[in-house]
Amino acid sequence: MPKKLYNEPSPLETRVVSKRFGLENSESLEVYLANEGFAAFKKAKEMTREAIIDEVKASSLRGRGGAGFPTGLKWSFVPHTSPKPRVIVVNADESEPGTCKDRLLMEYDPHQMIEGILIASLVVDAHVGYIYIRGEYRYLIEVMDRAIEEAYAKGYLGKNILGTGWDFDLHTHSGAGAYECGEETALLDSLEGKRGIPRMKPPFPAVAGAWALPTLLNNVETFSAIPPIIRDGGKAFADLGVPKAGGTRLVCISGHVNKPGVYELPLGYSMMKAINEVAGGIPNGKKLKAVVPGGSSCPLLKADECDIPMDYDSLAKVGSMLGSGGMVVLDETTDMVKFALRIMKFYAHESCGWCIPCREGTAWLKKILERFNAGHGRHEDIALLGELSKNMLGRTFCALGDAAAMPTISIVEKFAEDFEKRLSREMVAV
Amino acid sequence: MTFSPQLEERFSKMLTRYPAGRTRSAVVPMLIYAQDETGAITPELVEEIAKRCGVEPLQVDEVVGYYSMLHREAQGKYHVQICTSISCMLVGAEELYDHAKEKLGIGHKGVTPNGQISLEEVECMGACSWAPAVEINYDFHHFVTPQQLDKLIDDLGKAQ
Repeated sequence: MPKKLYNEPSPLETRVVSKRFGLENSESLEVYLANEGFAAFKKAKEMTREAIIDEVKASSLRGRGGAGFPTGLKWSFVPHTSPKPRVIVVNADESEPGTCKDRLLMEYDPHQMIEGILIASLVVDAHVGYIYIRGEYRYLIEVMDRAIEEAYAKGYLGKNILGTGWDFDLHTHSGAGAYECGEETALLDSLEGKRGIPRMKPPFPAVAGAWALPTLLNNVETFSAIPPIIRDGGKAFADLGVPKAGGTRLVCISGHVNKPGVYELPLGYSMMKAINEVAGGIPNGKKLKAVVPGGSSCPLLKADECDIPMDYDSLAKVGSMLGSGGMVVLDETTDMVKFALRIMKFYAHESCGWCIPCREGTAWLKKILERFNAGHGRHEDIALLGELSKNMLGRTFCALGDAAAMPTISIVEKFAEDFEKRLSREMVAV
Repeated sequence: MTFSPQLEERFSKMLTRYPAGRTRSAVVPMLIYAQDETGAITPELVEEIAKRCGVEPLQVDEVVGYYSMLHREAQGKYHVQICTSISCMLVGAEELYDHAKEKLGIGHKGVTPNGQISLEEVECMGACSWAPAVEINYDFHHFVTPQQLDKLIDDLGKAQ
């Protein structure tokens, strides 16, 4: 029996990293090997590290965790000849509201990610790696542990991998419920057994990361995209997307659509087509009100801003981001005050409390939004929400403060009428 | 303190995973696995993990206070977590959570009097495209309706 997927795939998808999803026993090494598994590692072993980096650069792959940093460039920053040993860390702490793709990559194709990690190890000359998986994903820790065990047993991990003389050890590491640990430096502190508090940068993790060792840190989907890139060439991957945003990515469509699901789409795919065709449109003939394009930290788009291709530049032009690929669709009935409050409750809860603008800012924004939601909003609060948010931007160690502020600014500016409707009655009378 | 043989084996492996002298790294995973077995993080457990990882008890204690999944009070045998973050909220999670509160007669982080079931309203669990989502202990349930939640909860009662 083929594995039942959480949602039906769409015929409109371009399946590269999700190619094996749904195959019977797709999580086994046997099925992986029967479907081009480890061909890329064998090829990479014959290449120089510069040639591998060039191939990744040619693919124009950008980090799939949310920040979108060019992967090839990131790899080139790790000082591979440092006297200190290098470490690879996989960010599997997926927790940005709207995002649920890394789960599938680990559940259905763990060996693809392992192969991607091994190829990266050749580039940075690392011999150990850690997969930091959020605590709520315990079943995935078990999936990864079984995959790792199988890879060791069959010579794909451990000493002298496939007789090439290359050694690499890989381990899973459980988180315990903290969104903040998805931020790379907070993740490293958590990996070291501490509270997940972000670090000041520089130094960047490439130079001083886990245990102050040079560390290559990438998202699950980024590592999973490496085997197809090396196997079929960076250009072939890049050509699937648009210039400057190569390849495909997993888009998690949720909210008010008929067929919510995770779909692999080329970069530059039409946002309206993704909503109306891939995800089956909005239920009950309702109209589109807004879209969260890439996870809850991205500025929202109004319906009339959504007729754009989904690539980095097009999103930047309308003042938002592709983020982590979590696309949330809101129909005309959505109460934006309540929506903004729900976002802020999340960030206020998840703020680690280290930087004052974030700790205090999220708490106050939540308080004001609660006031609106309860029907006691004051006129001056509308401006105050925007002003407070803008004062948080760029004033914190990590991006959590920005992540809380950006969607709030966009909601207050673009949907002010939703707030005006919720002013307290006495205020309206005045 | 000693744990089950399986957990002891897991812990001894964990302590060798990290670079030499970095056993502190095992604190968070050890706490969460130990908690699953003991039910809650007691001062005794904090001391034990500190001893095994070679750190001060305070360094373990501050970690317990930081992570949402670590708790000092026992939860129910079945911990029902309902996500009400944006994607789940848009498709009825608040109603689902209210329904659960009414059915179980407990609120956020409450435990039923027989200690069997506890409830928690949680932030995003990574099931946005298959919302609303519920996680009972470590098992995910997707596209959950109030009727399905009733059945899940009733089945937990039968499994006791």
